[in-house]
Amino acid sequence: MSRKGVHVKIGELKTDVGLVKNLELSVGKVVDDTWAEPMGPTPFPSLSTLRDWDMKLLQRYKPFYMPFCDLCCLCTTGKCDLTGNKRGACGIGMPAQQSRTVLLACCIGAATHIGHARHILEYLIEKYGRRHPLDIGGLNIQVEAPVTRLVCGIKPQTLGDLEEVLSYTETQLTHLLSATHTGQEGNNLDFESKVFHAGMIDHLGMEVADIAQIATLGFPKADPEASLVDLGFGTVNMEKPVILCIGHNVVPSIGIIDYMKESGVDSEIEVCGLCCTAHDITRYYKRGKIVGSISWQLRFIRSGAPDVVVLDEQCVRPDCLEEAQKIKAPVIVASEKNCLGLPDRTHDPVEAIAEDLLSGKTLGALILDPEKLGEVAVKVALKVAPLRKKAKSIPETDELVRRAKECKQCDDCRRACPQDLSLPEAMKAAEQGNLLNFAGLYESCIGCGKCEQACPVDLPIHSYIVKAGEKRMKEETFKIRAGRGAIQDVEIRNVGSPIVLGEIPGVVAVVGCANYPKGGEDVAEICTEFANRRYMVVTSGCSAMSAAMYKDEEGKTAYENFTGEFMSGCLVNVGSCVANSHIAGAAIKIANIFAKRKLRANYEEIADYIYNRVGAVGVAWGAMSQKAAAIAAGFWRLGIPVIVGPHGIKYRRMLLGRADREENWHVHDARTGEKVYVGPVPEHLFCAAETKEEAMVMIAKLCMRPNDTMKGRAIKLTHYIDLHKRLYGVMPQDLHLFVRTIADVPVTMKDEIVKILEEKNWKEMVIPDPTLLPRMIRKVKE
Amino acid sequence: MATAEPWQVAEVSGPTKAFVITKPDVVAAMIKKAKHPILIVGHMAAEIELGDRKLIDFLIDLAKATKIPVVATAHMVGEFLKRDFEPTGWMPAVDIGNRLVDPAWMGIDGKGAHDLALLVGLPYYMEWAILSGLKHFAPNLKTVTLDNHYHPHANWSFPNISMKDWCENLRVITDKFARRG
Repeated sequence: MSRKGVHVKIGELKTDVGLVKNLELSVGKVVDDTWAEPMGPTPFPSLSTLRDWDMKLLQRYKPFYMPFCDLCCLCTTGKCDLTGNKRGACGIGMPAQQSRTVLLACCIGAATHIGHARHILEYLIEKYGRRHPLDIGGLNIQVEAPVTRLVCGIKPQTLGDLEEVLSYTETQLTHLLSATHTGQEGNNLDFESKVFHAGMIDHLGMEVADIAQIATLGFPKADPEASLVDLGFGTVNMEKPVILCIGHNVVPSIGIIDYMKESGVDSEIEVCGLCCTAHDITRYYKRGKIVGSISWQLRFIRSGAPDVVVLDEQCVRPDCLEEAQKIKAPVIVASEKNCLGLPDRTHDPVEAIAEDLLSGKTLGALILDPEKLGEVAVKVALKVAPLRKKAKSIPETDELVRRAKECKQCDDCRRACPQDLSLPEAMKAAEQGNLLNFAGLYESCIGCGKCEQACPVDLPIHSYIVKAGEKRMKEETFKIRAGRGAIQDVEIRNVGSPIVLGEIPGVVAVVGCANYPKGGEDVAEICTEFANRRYMVVTSGCSAMSAAMYKDEEGKTAYENFTGEFMSGCLVNVGSCVANSHIAGAAIKIANIFAKRKLRANYEEIADYIYNRVGAVGVAWGAMSQKAAAIAAGFWRLGIPVIVGPHGIKYRRMLLGRADREENWHVHDARTGEKVYVGPVPEHLFCAAETKEEAMVMIAKLCMRPNDTMKGRAIKLTHYIDLHKRLYGVMPQDLHLFVRTIADVPVTMKDEIVKILEEKNWKEMVIPDPTLLPRMIRKVKE
Repeated sequence: MATAEPWQVAEVSGPTKAFVITKPDVVAAMIKKAKHPILIVGHMAAEIELGDRKLIDFLIDLAKATKIPVVATAHMVGEFLKRDFEPTGWMPAVDIGNRLVDPAWMGIDGKGAHDLALLVGLPYYMEWAILSGLKHFAPNLKTVTLDNHYHPHANWSFPNISMKDWCENLRVITDKFARRG
């Protein structure tokens, strides 16, 4: 452990020798190092420390840029036309401009998590003290902060120890952001290296935020049997006053729940949430409800269900204020980052704020004190509920049918819709009193409301979909396992060997936002498919919710069917967005706990281990945000590939390998020093899949690693071939690239595959002890 | 009325926009002129109905008539095989885009770099993005979209047209080659 500094302030001290007034003493840094492991090579890495490692990856996975815009418009010498290999006024070319934009996105994402972490850490230190221990799993978790240990080289033991980590991330973030200024970085690959750096510090920020709240707030502590909690519109009891919390920072929700309990009204009020705040509510309070993902904001507010709407930070629609106004529900905003123009009432008396909200004198209030917020929200909810009587803003069917006649069939709604939904056709049917077409769009609609913005006659088009899907929405009653937090050390020991040898075919992390191409059912299907195939499936954020929103024939959700223990065939919900750090942490712990690789500030070696041996792949099927970009970047630097859905192509660059370039796929054999061809494993570092079928085949393929044993590779190939044949209707054409010896061939398909290998002039390959790092070679060839 | 505006209205590109194809004969002429064209077909070709047939059926007719090598993206290979047509190759849409920006790539059939890429049947925003990649980083490649929506990042694109006109355009292009035998 190291302390950033000690600061002593003495107001007045009377001694025998005299009187001391206003004495301040500062000691720069106190090092109390109780971690026996010697410091590794890269503690607190700067922007260029891990550049060599990044470039190794970027040589294999070259960026494919797809500019969103032909221009750069970031300074006043522009706009600059960058088409046709032209450079802008500052001298920048299109590849660098694209990677600069990706870096900007990742900086936004990392800043969001780091800012979140800073806020929650300061709050928790104030409440629990700097010396509060970081217990996130008792004796089951000895490596409590694997990302922090790996990157920073420190072993945090208390809340206060995390401040140093955040200070480091904030410094790095400032440097990274400064690199995007005009006339700074100019090389696209160096920008990409900085993207990886942004991703790495993003994971640090996430880890700090989640372990701080786990250690203090009574969240499940690495618990495989975390409670099954309620999810879905239909689980919210509309007979009670309802407080809806939207966002990612659970602190204001804690204020609400604590006040409810203290004042004995917790059985009288429903507290529910949307987006990641909802996850954390259920980690704190078993009776909390998750309404759904980010996409449910408009539909839930318009339904009239919430009596008070509390907005914290991240992924919150700014128009929630306007939408809540329409249903006469007061709004309380809780974050300095999201004030929405509302008056700051933090220092006003509770009764005065409540009275103004109830009377409608003010539409909402900014309250930055979570305890006060909790009291106001509860008191207002109890009083406003009988007054507003669940007033909703969704028109009745008669009115919708009548207004449908105003539709000009101009197609503007469809052309604004990111899903290209057949809205004009549905409106034509509605004109005849038939809302079935709209009901059919309920699943695919991402709830963005752009259709309404585009409509020249102001039809409430999203409300048509919600009204048509009302019955289905009210029947949304599901179970999800509350976010369990980290993976236990003992679980890592149990699965380390079969993962690294390839006998567990892979770890599939289904994470991220809800910008799905055809609804969340695809996510549930992907999770179920791979858990059934005995992969280890891990979820977080909105994707974790979508995985719960479908039932099998017995009426059970995937979380009821698969174990929450980190093992073959599991479905593990780690928690909210910031809990993604535990997924990276699990990969790191496999290298450290199972393989006994040194962890402390030893980034390259651990990433090299993960890249070559741990068959993990991230799937962000609905990735939408800048945070998702930063999270993905953190996985890339660790050598973990990420697949996004088709909308993810709008991140405007992919990191793609070339399976047809044999020269790109050599590793060092650490045993001999030889350079050995290992095939395109994993083939890509970042790719967008067009369909769920493509994604599923790609998942199976990207789980292959050079270190797979023959048995392990045969298992992985069995899944790849089976999925390819089922979903594509044909054998994979690149099969020969993944067979190293005949023993890799699945026994049940041997004849068929051997014939293919002969046709492709296949030659047997060596299975090395793979590494990209020359320093890992144990014996240099003479 | 046909309009040369991006189908998804916010997908505005910049100063360089696709020429508008006013007659299908223009496409036929470009195919005839090309030394090594390629046809890239996305998964929506098996979903879109044009009269009593699917888009993919029209594209198979076109591919057979023109003898253009076909790349099926996503899981489309199975849809082609169901119709007794074997595409030259199949790979993710981002992969074929990435290969086309490599001037050293020998093409899907190993016969050399492609000089004309025809794209059709991908989700609009995906095709839009890949066409942008090709516009900026494949200077020796001409791109044409055969979709019924205007794609500003292509070199040549139909405007936003009706399904009926789309169907007719594909038929006219195919006939230009089928008649030659």
